[in-house]
Amino acid sequence: MNTQYERPPFIRIADADRTALFAEGLEYNTPARGMWNIVHTGMLLPGAHQVYACAQGCLRGVILTAAEMNALDRLSWIAVSEQDLFDGTLEQSIIDGTAEIIGRLPRRPRVILLYLSCIHLFAGVDFPAVIDALSEMFPDIHFTDCYMTPTMRKTVAPAVKMAEQLYDALQPLPVNGKSVNIIGNDRPTQPDCELLRILRENGFTVRDLTECRTHADYLQMAESAHNLTYLPVGRQAGETLSRRLGTKHLHLPVSYDYDTITANYRVLCDALAIPCPDFSADIAAAEQALGEARRVIGDAPVVIDYTAVPCPFSLAEMLLLHGFSVQCVIADSAAGEETAFDRLAAAAPDLLICQAVNVNMLHAHESASGDALCIGQKAAYYFASDRFVNIVMNGGFYGFAGIRALALAMTDAFLHPKDRRAVLRHKGIGCESCLS
Amino acid sequence: MSIVSAVLPCYAADTAGVCSALYEMGGMTVVHDASGCNSTYATHDEPRWETVHADIYISALTEMDAIMGNDGKFIADVTAAAHDRKPKFIAICGSPMPMMTGTDFDAAAAEIEARTGLRCFAIHTNGMNDYLAGAADALLAVTQEFAQIREKAKGIGVSILGATPLDFGLSGTVGSLRTWLTENGFSVVSCLAVGQIDLEHAASASVSLVISQTGLKAAQYLHARFGIPYVCGLPVGTLAPVIADALRRSAQTGACAFPCAMRKPGDHVVIGEGIAAGSVAAASGGRVLHPLACAPQIAHPDDLHVPDERSVKEALEGLQPAQVTADPFYRYVLPKGTRLNALPHFAFSGRCFETEIPDLIGRACR
Repeated sequence: MNTQYERPPFIRIADADRTALFAEGLEYNTPARGMWNIVHTGMLLPGAHQVYACAQGCLRGVILTAAEMNALDRLSWIAVSEQDLFDGTLEQSIIDGTAEIIGRLPRRPRVILLYLSCIHLFAGVDFPAVIDALSEMFPDIHFTDCYMTPTMRKTVAPAVKMAEQLYDALQPLPVNGKSVNIIGNDRPTQPDCELLRILRENGFTVRDLTECRTHADYLQMAESAHNLTYLPVGRQAGETLSRRLGTKHLHLPVSYDYDTITANYRVLCDALAIPCPDFSADIAAAEQALGEARRVIGDAPVVIDYTAVPCPFSLAEMLLLHGFSVQCVIADSAAGEETAFDRLAAAAPDLLICQAVNVNMLHAHESASGDALCIGQKAAYYFASDRFVNIVMNGGFYGFAGIRALALAMTDAFLHPKDRRAVLRHKGIGCESCLS
Repeated sequence: MSIVSAVLPCYAADTAGVCSALYEMGGMTVVHDASGCNSTYATHDEPRWETVHADIYISALTEMDAIMGNDGKFIADVTAAAHDRKPKFIAICGSPMPMMTGTDFDAAAAEIEARTGLRCFAIHTNGMNDYLAGAADALLAVTQEFAQIREKAKGIGVSILGATPLDFGLSGTVGSLRTWLTENGFSVVSCLAVGQIDLEHAASASVSLVISQTGLKAAQYLHARFGIPYVCGLPVGTLAPVIADALRRSAQTGACAFPCAMRKPGDHVVIGEGIAAGSVAAASGGRVLHPLACAPQIAHPDDLHVPDERSVKEALEGLQPAQVTADPFYRYVLPKGTRLNALPHFAFSGRCFETEIPDLIGRACR
């Protein structure tokens, strides 16, 4: 399938250089819209209003993201013109525009997330001066500097920075040793996972932005003595918040490796000075669900994409060990998964890796057999399968209970095909949509 | 003063206009912009993305390549993709960052053409203008490139210019327009730029019918280069026979006509793209507010240019119309008591009301 291409979209894992899986080149955009963007993430903050100062082409996507969420009234914008870039008014036009927007809003927001774009950073805009000026003009509003800077994605990844800035409005409170935050995720953690069980059984209050209903709920997160992160995108947010508030950060990365999961829980329990429970029942439940999934799915090919889980190679390894016929991982990078990648390359050298953005994937779905069990939307699209697990960013799954939940979701996906086109065009899984 | 909006969306950008105009022409269009920025176009500005697969890509520009002026990577990547995709031609266009770094797109196009042996041309966009500018330049470019002198079509051959989903969605308007032309004794020799395009036949028409300003520059070129007159308007409601007469007269006399600029009295306001909104107003009465740039010959002297939310609101407050025909998102700025006659515009509200976009041809205008 690759021979005719200068930039082939597939490579055997045994032939791949894990430091650079594919050559960079032009990129294609898959019509699978479930991934969140900075607008979806910003909407998590109760009482916040988003203001974007960008060129028209950049504004369009964020505005219509909000529109499709039925949240157009929570986002405003200032268009940057060529004139703004060379007449020395870049900062002042942002200040004036934001002030004008605040004057037109029917309610005073508690927080304004102010987003600048690539061209502002490139032009050397004095963002702190903008924030200071606005804070002085509107002392009742907290202004947070935010960034829509995809050109700078290799130095400041927009999603990572967005997760970090979400907690900027938290102000120090007396620390409560029995309160723990989960930071940097885009949806609640599954309630039946061991992580939450351990915390609940030991008397901790768990706070999570995704479950804050009011701005007061959000502000109360500042009292937590510990900030837990488990998604890679949230790690920097946890570090920054802990440093700023003088609290502790624990990164317990999502994994599909049993030893890593157990090690994460030991780290948690040591940090909280609580006994680490026995997980044999949780492991048995996960094993049972995986066994049942394997029985139902049989030898059907399995495809995993990186938008569904942050550690697709770890998941591929675990599924292969449980007898699944994993054929392909869609991923543009193996960063953070070096160990699992190397083990896979040795154990399953024919496993294919697919570059999600490769231009030669344009027609891939037309020749796909459609019989794969897919984990993630890009996999479902490229492999033309209606049997897919519809999650992004691990879907709130965590720990052994997360493995069990994923196995159940795989079984359900195999037995109950979805309306692929309808599901994939819904922007931001879990968000409200005017399309449905 | 910058354009500021508390709640109204902005229109699709010039880069989207380029991609939309060239979508069905078999070429490869590359926007020089950051990774992920093609998602906006693919999601919100292109209703064909899921069903018709075109070679529309992004260059995935990075900070370091921009700082270092590494246009060589852009040229090499386009060349590699052209090798793999084998398009009929290549169009490249720019976004805000290349504008800031002064990327020489004409030189890049020449280099790509030399390396690939494929015709490559640059469309000069920067992501800071609306779709009309980009689409008009793109349609002009391909018309200049590919429209050839051929034998004139028998009878009155018409080229439809300015047909993109950004203005008409996938509502069937363009198909109905073809039918309408045929039923009125015309033959369609080309349609820029959807369906059976027949671009190379555009110069064999007796007259061009411009249905959106995205087709105006191409029409002006065909007029200047081949002496083909053009008529601006959409045959909606009572304007349909006027446009049919104008097409016949223009084909005969060689004079251009602008039925979309006709107005009749009414307490009605239409907001939208100049030719479509003007045609609706010409059919139903009332005034037109132009949120987008509008060529002088397209507009009526009583029309108002309303480039931002504040000016739309002020104009409507001043006019106090009984009803407004506009995209449903304009409901946020309507005066109290004014009724909205929803006319969704894909270039404004994207997918939000896509199933409600009407087939405008023959539609009874209220």
